Amino acid sequence: MLTSQFLLLGAILFCIGVYGVIARKNAVLVLMSIELILNSVNINLLAFALRSGSADGHTFALYIIAVAAAEVGVGLAMVLMIYRNRRSIALDDLSEMRG
Amino acid sequence: MFAATETLSPLAGGWFLDHAWLAPVVPTIGFALIVLFGKRLPKQGSEIGVLSLVASLVLATGAAWQWIQRVNSAGEEQFVSPVVRTWTWWQSGGVEFTIGQHVDGLTVIVLFVVAFISTLVQVYSLEYLRGDRRYTHFFAALTLFSAGMLAMVVAEDMILFLLGWEIMGLCSFMLIGHWWEDGANSRAALKAFFTVRTGDVGLLVGIAILFFAANEWTTTNLGLSGFSIRGISAWVLSGEPNSTVILVAAVALFIACIGKSGQFPLHTWLPDAMAGPTPVSSLLHSSTMVVAGVFLVARLYPVFFAGLDILGPSANVIMIIAAITIVIAAALAFVQSDIKRVLAYSTVSQLGYMMLGLGAGAWLPAVFHIFTHAFFKACLFLCAGSISHSASHHSFDMKKDMGGLRKHMPVTFAAWTVSTLALCGVFPFSGFFSKDEIIDNVGGNGYTFFMVVGLFGAFLTAAYMTRATYLTFFGEARGVAAGEHADDAGHDTHDSHGAHGAQDTHGAHDTHDAHVEHAGPHESGVLITAPIAILAVLAIFAGLFNATPFGESWEYLKKWVEPRAVVVAEAHAGGPGESFVVSLPSAEEGQSKSPCGTETPKEGVCYAPVVNHAKFKWSKALLSLAIVFAGIAASWVLSAAYYGRRDPRLVGLTQRNAIARAGYRLLANKYYLDDLYERGVVSNVSGPIARAAYWFNQNVLDGILHAVARAARAVAQVVYRDIDQRIVDGAVNASADVTKTAGTAVQPIQSGRVGQYGALLFATAAVAALVFVILNT
Amino acid sequence: MSVAAMFSADLLVAQNIGFAVIAVLMVVAALRVVTTNNVVHAALWLVTVLAGAAAQYVLLAAEFVAVTQVLVYIGAVMVLFLFGTMLTRARIGAERDLNNPYRRLGVPVAALLFAAMAVAIVSSFGDEQLPAKPRVVPIAEISDQIFGPYLLPFWALSFVLLAAIIGAIVLARKD
Repeated sequence: MLTSQFLLLGAILFCIGVYGVIARKNAVLVLMSIELILNSVNINLLAFALRSGSADGHTFALYIIAVAAAEVGVGLAMVLMIYRNRRSIALDDLSEMRG
Repeated sequence: MFAATETLSPLAGGWFLDHAWLAPVVPTIGFALIVLFGKRLPKQGSEIGVLSLVASLVLATGAAWQWIQRVNSAGEEQFVSPVVRTWTWWQSGGVEFTIGQHVDGLTVIVLFVVAFISTLVQVYSLEYLRGDRRYTHFFAALTLFSAGMLAMVVAEDMILFLLGWEIMGLCSFMLIGHWWEDGANSRAALKAFFTVRTGDVGLLVGIAILFFAANEWTTTNLGLSGFSIRGISAWVLSGEPNSTVILVAAVALFIACIGKSGQFPLHTWLPDAMAGPTPVSSLLHSSTMVVAGVFLVARLYPVFFAGLDILGPSANVIMIIAAITIVIAAALAFVQSDIKRVLAYSTVSQLGYMMLGLGAGAWLPAVFHIFTHAFFKACLFLCAGSISHSASHHSFDMKKDMGGLRKHMPVTFAAWTVSTLALCGVFPFSGFFSKDEIIDNVGGNGYTFFMVVGLFGAFLTAAYMTRATYLTFFGEARGVAAGEHADDAGHDTHDSHGAHGAQDTHGAHDTHDAHVEHAGPHESGVLITAPIAILAVLAIFAGLFNATPFGESWEYLKKWVEPRAVVVAEAHAGGPGESFVVSLPSAEEGQSKSPCGTETPKEGVCYAPVVNHAKFKWSKALLSLAIVFAGIAASWVLSAAYYGRRDPRLVGLTQRNAIARAGYRLLANKYYLDDLYERGVVSNVSGPIARAAYWFNQNVLDGILHAVARAARAVAQVVYRDIDQRIVDGAVNASADVTKTAGTAVQPIQSGRVGQYGALLFATAAVAALVFVILNT
Repeated sequence: MSVAAMFSADLLVAQNIGFAVIAVLMVVAALRVVTTNNVVHAALWLVTVLAGAAAQYVLLAAEFVAVTQVLVYIGAVMVLFLFGTMLTRARIGAERDLNNPYRRLGVPVAALLFAAMAVAIVSSFGDEQLPAKPRVVPIAEISDQIFGPYLLPFWALSFVLLAAIIGAIVLARKD
C-alpha cells in the first residue's frame, strides 16, 4: 500500500468536510461535517504512524477521538439551548454579532 | 629759567580737588531726597535744598582754596595741570565711555559762582515763595538745576557736559513754567525750551564732529577718548586736524552758545523767561545758566581759537554776533516797563560783552566778567524780587506800581544802586575791572570798531539802568507803591487782582497770612535782604580779584584761572600726573613766545593757546568812565524830565514824530523778531509739516493699515472658503467618507453568520495552503 | 504512484482492493452527508463514513484505535447526534432549507484545497510504500505512550472531558 493513497483519502474527506461546513445551514449538519474533518485527520495520523512504526500517531488519534466526543457533547448542548431560545437552529439566524 | 625737560616741582593736590566731583553729586542726592520725602518734612524739603547747596559751596570753596595752593606751588612757567579723575562706566567697540572731573582754574571759579549764588537764591526763596502751591517742587527743581550746572562745570568729557547742559535746560523749563496755570507762563517756558533746543542741535553736531575727528589722535597720543576736553584741546592745537573740520565744529558749538546764552538771533526767549519766579530769574537767567554758553566757549577755547581764527586779522562770527547782541539788547531795554525785562535785556547785553571778549581773544576778562556779572546781576534781580514781594504787591511794572521806593526800602535801594554802578562799570566797583578790561583788550587786539561798539554799549547800559533806577526808586510813588491796595476790600481772597503783572500770578498768593502790613511798601525780611546785601558787598569788591589797573600783583585771577599756554610733554598718557615743560616762553608782559596756538608744537602738546593782554592805561579808563557818566547824566536828565516833570516837549513825542514813533514801535515789537520766528518760521514750518504729517498719517500710514487689514481679510476669506472649507474639511470629510465606505463595504463580512465566517476561514486557508505549496515545490 | 506498482504486491492485493472499496464507499457516503436533504439520512451516512474509517484503521494496523473509533464515535457520538436531531425537531423526511445560499462558494474552495493538498502529497510521497509486514502496535505500547511522554495532554484531556460533561449538563438543563 502506498502512503499516498491513505493521505489522499484523508485529503478528500477533509475537503468534503470543508464543503459541508461552508454549505450547510443546519447547526447539527455543520457539526457532522466537522466530524468528517476530524476523521480525515485521524486517517492521516495513523498512516504516518504505520509509516514510522511508532505509537505516537495512535496516541494522538485516540486523543482526537476523545476531544471530538467532548466537543460534540458541548456543541449539541449549545444547539439545544439555541433551539430552545429561538426555535431554529439555522446558523444564519444567529447573527447578533454582526458588525 | 629752566633747562629743557627738567622735571619741576610737584603740584599741590588736596582732598577738595580730588573730590570736586562731589559738588554736583550732593545736590543730586538732595534732589532725590526732596522728591521722595520733601513734602513730609517740616519745611517741605527746602531744608534739604539749602543744606545740599551749602555742602556744595563748602566743596567749591575748598576746591578753590586748594587750587590756589596748587597754582602757588607751581613754578612760574610751569603748566598747572588740572586735577582729572575718570571712571569708566561702559565699554563698547573699543571705545571707553568715561565720566570724570576736570578741575582747573576755570572750573573752580565758575564752581564757586554757581554754588555761592545757588545757596543765596535758595535762602532767598525760603521767604520769597513761602506758601507757594508747589514749594517742594520748586526747591527740587532748583536743586537739580544746581546739580546739573555743577556737573557741567566739573565735566571732564563732553558727554557729561552735555548731560549737565540738558539737565539745566530741563530745569529751566520746569522753573519758568512754575506757575503754569497761567498760559503765558507755560508758553514762555516752551519758548525758552525750544529756542535753546534749536541751538542744542549745534552742540550735538559739534561734539560728534570733534569726537570722530579727534578720537584717533587722542587715543594714540594721550590715551584719552575723543570726548575728553583735554584731549580735544590738545588735538586742536597739535596742528594735526583739518582747519575746516575745526571751523565747522566751532560754528556748530557756537550755535549752541547762541541759544543758551541768548545771543542774537536766539535771544528772544530770555525776556519771556522772566515769567518764572524771581529767584529763578536771578539764578538761572542772569548769573549761571545763561553763562553756560560762555563757559563752553571758554572751556573749549582752543577749538574756537583755531577754528574761527581768533586774534586773526578779520572779525569772526563770535564777535559780530556779540556786537549785534550788545547793541540791540541795550536798545530794547529802553522801552520796557517791566523791571525784570530791563534786567533781562541787560543780561543779554552783558552776555554779548562776554562773548565779544572771548571772540576777540580776551579770555581772562571775559571769564572775569562772568564772575563779577554773576554777583551784581543776581543782586539786581533779587532786589527786583524784593520790591515786588514787599512793595509793589507782586507787580513788576515800574510805571504803574513803583516809584519813590528809596524811602521805604533802604537796603534794597542801596544794593540796587551799588549793583547798578557795578553794571555800568564805574570805578571802583567790580564791573569796571571786568567790563573795561574786555573793551580794552578788544581794542588792544586790533578790533577798533568793536571797541567802539563796546563803549557805545556801555553808554546805553548806563542810560537804561539810570532810567530804571529813576522809575523805581525816585519820583512819585505810583499804584501799589503808593499804597493803593491797602484800601481794597476782599483783599484776602487775592483773586480779583486783574491789574497785576502777568508773571507773578496768584500762585504766590496762596497763603498770604503774614501780610499784616498792607499799609504800603516796606523793606523785606532778613531772608531776602541778607542775600541781597551779601551780593552787593561782592559787587563792590569782587573786582579786586583781578584789578589790572593796580598792577600785576593784583591780577590774581590771571595767575590762578588763566591756563598757561605752554607746551607740555605728558609723562604718561591720560594721567593727571606731573608734567614737565618742553619749550619755554620767555614771559614778557602779556607776550609769550610759546608756539601754542600759532604753530604746531614740535614735541609734546598744548592745552591752551597764547593770548595777549592789553596794557592798562588810565587814559583809556578815564575815557570809558567819561562815557559812562555821560550816559548816566543824560538818562537822569531825560528821565526826570519825562517821567518826573512830564515835560511837554517829551511827552507824546512818539505820537507826534514819525521817526520816533517808528523807532518806538520797532523796539516795542522787539524788532519783529518774535513775529518772524512765531509766524514766519514756526507757523510756516510747523503748519505745513503738521498738515503733511497728518496727511501722511491718514493716507499713508492708515492707508497701509487699512490695506493690510483688507488684504488680511481677503486672505482670510480665501483661506476659509477654499483652503479650510474645501481642502482641509474636504480632506477630513473625504477621509471619513472613505473610512465609512470601506467600512460599509467590508461590513458584510461581519454578518454575524457563523457559516459565513467558516466559509471565509476555509477559503483563506485554502489559498494560504496553495501559496505554501507553490512556494515549497 | 502507478497502477503497476499498485499490483506488484501479491499479498497486498487484497489489502489494496479492500482499501479501494472502502475508500470509495467512504467518499460517496461523505458526499451524501454534505448533500442530503434529510438530517437523519445525513447522520446515517456519517455512520457509514465512520465505519469505513474504522476499517481503514484496521488496514493501517491500528486495531485498538479502530475499536475505539467504533465504540466512541459510532456508539456514542452518533447517538448523540441523533438525540440532538430529535430534540431540535428535525423534520422527518426531506427538508428544504438545509443549505446556505452561498454553498456554491464551497466547491471551488474545497477543490482548491484538495488540489493543494494533492500536489503536496504526491510530490512528497510519490511511490513510497508502507511497510509490507507492519508491526501491530500492542496496546501496552499505546498506554506506555499515554502515561509516558503524553501524560500532560492526557490530564488536560481529562479536564476537557470533565468540562464538557459538566458544561453540557449546565447548558442543556432546563431552569
